[in-house]
Amino acid sequence: MKSLLLNGCEAAAEAAIAAGCRFYAGYPITPQNRFPEYMSFRLPQSGGVFLQAESELAAINMVFGAAAAGARALTSSSSPGISLKQEGISYLAGCELPAVIINMNRAGPGLGDVTPSQSDYFQSTRGGGHGDYRTIVLAPWSVQEIYDFTYLAFDLADRYRNPVLILSDGMVAQLLEPVHPRNGMKKLPQKKWALTGCRGRKPNSIKSLFLTPGVLETHNWKLARKYERMEKREVRWESYLCEKMELLIVSFGICARIAREAMEQARREGLRVGLFRPITLWPFPYRQLKSCLEKVSKVLVVELNLGQMLDDVKIASGGHSRIFFYGRPGGGVPTPEEILKEIKKK
Amino acid sequence: MKALFTRPRSLTSNVMIYCPGCGHGLVHRLVAEVIDELGLRERTIGVAPVGCAVLAYNYWNFDVTEAAHGRPPAVATGIKRVLPDRLVFTYQGDGDLAAIGTAEIIHAAARGEKISVIFVNNAVYGMTRGQMAPTTPLGLKTTTTPSGRDPDLHGYPIRVCELLTSLEGVCYLERVAVDSVPGILKARQAIRKTFTYQLENRGFSLVELLCSCPTNWKMTPSQAMKWIGQEMVKWFPPGVYKDVDSTNQG
Ligand SMILES: Cc1ncc(C[n+]2csc(CCOP(=O)(O)OP(=O)(O)O)c2C)c(N)n1
Ligand code: SF4
Repeated sequence: MKSLLLNGCEAAAEAAIAAGCRFYAGYPITPQNRFPEYMSFRLPQSGGVFLQAESELAAINMVFGAAAAGARALTSSSSPGISLKQEGISYLAGCELPAVIINMNRAGPGLGDVTPSQSDYFQSTRGGGHGDYRTIVLAPWSVQEIYDFTYLAFDLADRYRNPVLILSDGMVAQLLEPVHPRNGMKKLPQKKWALTGCRGRKPNSIKSLFLTPGVLETHNWKLARKYERMEKREVRWESYLCEKMELLIVSFGICARIAREAMEQARREGLRVGLFRPITLWPFPYRQLKSCLEKVSKVLVVELNLGQMLDDVKIASGGHSRIFFYGRPGGGVPTPEEILKEIKKK
Repeated sequence: MKALFTRPRSLTSNVMIYCPGCGHGLVHRLVAEVIDELGLRERTIGVAPVGCAVLAYNYWNFDVTEAAHGRPPAVATGIKRVLPDRLVFTYQGDGDLAAIGTAEIIHAAARGEKISVIFVNNAVYGMTRGQMAPTTPLGLKTTTTPSGRDPDLHGYPIRVCELLTSLEGVCYLERVAVDSVPGILKARQAIRKTFTYQLENRGFSLVELLCSCPTNWKMTPSQAMKWIGQEMVKWFPPGVYKDVDSTNQG
């Protein structure tokens, strides 16, 4: 197939359609307005349903309904809107419904501003909504990756009957890059649990309420085993030039892409610098990172926030004594030169 | 032997755990009877609320989903848009529909979503022990209005049918007092109409049923039934508020 020139919103939308998504509900918010706008004409062309909801709360609950009815369903938003979706994400997880949620992270707290940020790392990886649940979180660093990860996210959501999050940012949302799309329609999995009318079978119900003593605990243990399977099978990461170096940069998403540039500049100057990039923020690549950390004397964590993934790096390191942090918490994006300066300071 | 009265196919044999004299059990049964009558059991998807009727999926013998508090209209929208030829309805209490879910109900109505809404107005929050609801009449004592609902402090009740009449997407709105045999029969007819209109793709419709909550009203079941007819109807006059088929709108 020919490659297409798309921005991050359009690429994710095209990937969703290629993956068989036939339902999207969303509410406008910068920097992802192109998403609902694009879906409003593209999805009906593919026989799908586009809905502009009255709020993000409504949008995620519409997605809940579409998922309950067996459709591959998607919603997208940016940070303040994602906060409103947390109720629905918790219910999706509790009810074991598959859905994909894309967050084009902008800077907070509160209304913050509309510039790229990674400040929703905790919210994405620690649940976000109420209750003891987990969601796979994929962090793309390019337009091609947001395409690939969105496509993958629908399979993961169905495989585990669980919501899957894509934590992207305002920069990937608006970057214009070539994308190699996937071919053809997928054969979608059968969903015997879906609510389609009980013709020829017993009625199905979808619920997260279990009042009989002990039943909720059994349900939650079942969820726990599912989360363990995800931890075993779905960890994704990349490492660049991690052998024999002195300093390891750990960074994710768009920030890692800038850090890679800084790493290359550093190496041209003879500094032994490597890069480790978690792709799934949950499940986090603790083991893989640990084995890299064991070989370096210094670690520099770079994020567009006040140091959130930093906690996971520390957990992975099991007490590495020289972990440094460089972050930009207010929507500012560092240049490779600025990161290089930080590298040299350490 | 000829059976004169049986359990509708659309009801399970599970014992309902509602309080004696509660309106929910009655309305569940009416919904089930109408679905049987229309032969729709295998094409129906119900959306249960958060409220006393949260366990509705235990009682209805067709596909039912839970929804977060107040969100049934959004959930039903998702289902109906994906499966437009199914009968999709929400079943909601007054806290669910007229407080936390006000935005969802108004916008589903405004979009003319082809869903039916069975709205059980019992003037209080039943499940959480009888606090003030958006439909609590002035003066009524509840667990959060210990001296009675005072408009200066607590505002005024919301009349949902009246509120929705102006929306073009709505094809049918009726309020019925479920306080007597004629009231029950009328409620049944109204439920039949909302389902029929949905199947005819006419738009959004809602039936508001004034129902008893003897437990939180601190009344006997028969006192509660009387209170609906004597007091509740003053605040919530029964009638047809909108019917696209009729020129004679109440
Ligand atoms: C987000 C959220 N807020 C509050 C509650 C607690 N809650 C459960 S039911 C209910 C009110 C139910 O009242 P109503 O909708 O009138 O239904 P009824 O029980 O009277 O049938 C409330 C406030 C909840 N479950 N979720
Ligand atoms: S508390 Fe009220 S609404 Fe709830 S079951 Fe009892 S009578 Fe019915």
